[in-house]
Amino acid sequence: MTLFRGRRILAGAMTLVAAAALAACGSKTTDANTSAGVTADVSGDTVKVGLLNSLSGTMAISEVTVRDSIMLAIEEINAAGGVLGKKVQPVGEDGASDWPTFAEKAEKLIREDRVAAVFGCWTSASRKAVKPVFEKNKALLFYPVQYEGLEQSPYIFYTGATTNQQIVPGLDYLKAQGAKSLYLVGSDYVFPRTANKIIKAYAEANGMTVLGEDYAPLGSTEFGTITNKVKSAGADAVFNTLNGDSNVAFFKEYKSAGLTATSMPVVSVSIAEEEVKSIGTQYLEGQLTAWNYYQTTPGAANEKFVAAYKAKYGADKPTSDPMEAAYVSVYLWKAMVEKAGAFDVEKVREASDGITFEAPEGLVTVDGATQHIAKTARVGKVGADGLITEVWNSGDPITPDPYLKSYPWAGGLS
Amino acid sequence: MTTVARDPATDVDPTPPVEKPAAGPSRHRFRAAAGFALGAALLFAVAPLVLSDFRLSLLAKYLCVAMVAVGIGLAWGRGGMLALGQGVFFGLGGYAMAMHLKLADAGPGNMPDFMMLYGQLDELPLWWRPFASPWFALPATVLLPMAVAFVLGSLVFRRRVRGAYFAILSQALAAAMVILLIGQQGTTGGTNGLTDIQGFFGYDLDDPVNQRMVYFIIAGILLALLALTRHLMQSRYGELLVAVRDGEERVRFLGYDPATVKLVAYVVAAGMAGLAGALFVPAVGIISPALIGIVPSIEFVIGVAVGGRATLLGPVLGAVAVAWARTALSERFPGTWTYLQGLLFVVVVAFLPGGLASLVGLARRRTDGGRRPGPLVRLRRSRVEAG
Repeated sequence: MTLFRGRRILAGAMTLVAAAALAACGSKTTDANTSAGVTADVSGDTVKVGLLNSLSGTMAISEVTVRDSIMLAIEEINAAGGVLGKKVQPVGEDGASDWPTFAEKAEKLIREDRVAAVFGCWTSASRKAVKPVFEKNKALLFYPVQYEGLEQSPYIFYTGATTNQQIVPGLDYLKAQGAKSLYLVGSDYVFPRTANKIIKAYAEANGMTVLGEDYAPLGSTEFGTITNKVKSAGADAVFNTLNGDSNVAFFKEYKSAGLTATSMPVVSVSIAEEEVKSIGTQYLEGQLTAWNYYQTTPGAANEKFVAAYKAKYGADKPTSDPMEAAYVSVYLWKAMVEKAGAFDVEKVREASDGITFEAPEGLVTVDGATQHIAKTARVGKVGADGLITEVWNSGDPITPDPYLKSYPWAGGLS
Repeated sequence: MTTVARDPATDVDPTPPVEKPAAGPSRHRFRAAAGFALGAALLFAVAPLVLSDFRLSLLAKYLCVAMVAVGIGLAWGRGGMLALGQGVFFGLGGYAMAMHLKLADAGPGNMPDFMMLYGQLDELPLWWRPFASPWFALPATVLLPMAVAFVLGSLVFRRRVRGAYFAILSQALAAAMVILLIGQQGTTGGTNGLTDIQGFFGYDLDDPVNQRMVYFIIAGILLALLALTRHLMQSRYGELLVAVRDGEERVRFLGYDPATVKLVAYVVAAGMAGLAGALFVPAVGIISPALIGIVPSIEFVIGVAVGGRATLLGPVLGAVAVAWARTALSERFPGTWTYLQGLLFVVVVAFLPGGLASLVGLARRRTDGGRRPGPLVRLRRSRVEAG
């Protein structure tokens, strides 16, 4: 009896599924792309923009500062009259350091709130998760963090550095300093693994040897073995792509193993002013970083940015590269919209090429072909006060080359 | 046999299980059919009418989590196995499906986009190849997790590993799988996972109509799984499973092999998690290590605990409620929602140890002055009569 009943219910369910599947048959993958995208709601006297950052989870400590500087830019823009006469209204969502959540929230911002653009994301994994959402809905994302390159979505503007604006100049600097061997340490995720692939290709072409390559899981604090390996390898420099808390443990071990910035300098690409503060200046003093912006970068635009940020969020709050790139991204969007004369995504994209902005880091120019921006590379040294001072820069802004096409040694990478 | 079966949900109810029957088997069956029809009406008619495309796709995602919860309800609620590593099976199903869809997107003879980016491989790795065929990939989404659960379960249950040790083992497996996936970036997509899935067996997933179709498939399969689970719970096997949970040694002395009884529930739960993972992929468009590690595995169990683990519908309602609350709270209070969610869990665990499902029993007791037993007791009583 029970067996029979169970089967009948099962059969009923299966019929429902089949009926539903037959009743609802949409377009095939072979059809031309039919999705029209979602148009932003700009009918009122405000225009909504989305802020998609992790406000909880492991990435919150970094991403909250990015959101703060986006908010600062929006406030400034509103105080100056808004964009095309409309006030900018921010809609915040929490990505929760969880990549599928980023995708869900991106979709919510685009389809429910109908925002004109979204600013945010930090990790490459979160960007990879939202990329199809923005492409499907034909909506815009402004991504403010340096990343591993090898990407060029028509619906993302990359305002942080790609590899030829950060990692490659960092390597050029080390080579000029006479470094002949490197040791690579990184967190175990996409950015460090891809970055190290590029570094190894560079080293091979430039007569440098890579003596070792080690990865620690994100959030790992176990660095005794790795520092011992680094020490016994005796490389001229260490290239560090560790992210987050792991840096604290790594640099403590590094110091206690007797390694110093003079005996074996470490070049970091994920340590900015905010991280220096949390790791502890005593562990980092004299070590090198590669970025496009430091709080100490000279210029009137930066003085204004730093002063405004401190006035809003507190005098002890430092400004950093990703924060600056996020701040700049809002202004670039505004300039694109004003040049296009509309909030329409396709018109904004068309208008993007050649847009310039006097940013805190210096003049930046949008490259319409790659949707990246030309930026000046800067190598800096951590000082005793926790601030980073520039020791070298590339002079002129470097044209973005996300696929490293203009570098012969990178031929096999993409 | 039947009177051995007592579980936390019935313990809340002071009425002894065998007493004046309130509902005969026919009425009971009618209720089940009516409940089933109501669920179907809600999922197939009401939800698509009142929800926007975006909200409906979120519901599809919640229902996938609910499928995992149904399995955990069986393994944990009925079988007493705290399966804290269901993310592994969810992931196996999800990756099997995503691998097939990625290969289908790339077209025959081509490699998925991320492999060319990170892997620098000349050709598709051997272990990816079978997934090009839907005749391999589709059964694999269910059979692969079941096979892994079978091997693991055989080893563990025969050695009489249970309780906290079993839970820790499940967690270790989830952690190991995440480390494995992240380390093999070139062939698994690393932390990014498999993203950017365009089509579902030839249908363009960007099209809202097709998204709706995916939702209907998910809703239908969830109902089917519920029917299957109800059938399992009511069968002699279901009684035996509860008996093993409450007195494993006694069952052994009665001549049954508790290891086999547990293994069946564990393998079925793994299959459900695998199916859920496979359906999650077209619904959400991503599968990544972030969805299958220790934290998501615990979150699956939290949903079940909140709903009421020993009941049929409790885990489903709990899973959907927790996922919905997560979305709703985080949209309304992006800065503080995690605290609110934590508070919600504490409140449920402290005041409703039987989960949301025990609310029904509580309300009934309040109105009837404790005369009528809760639904679970009636359910059991009907079996006493039938047996």
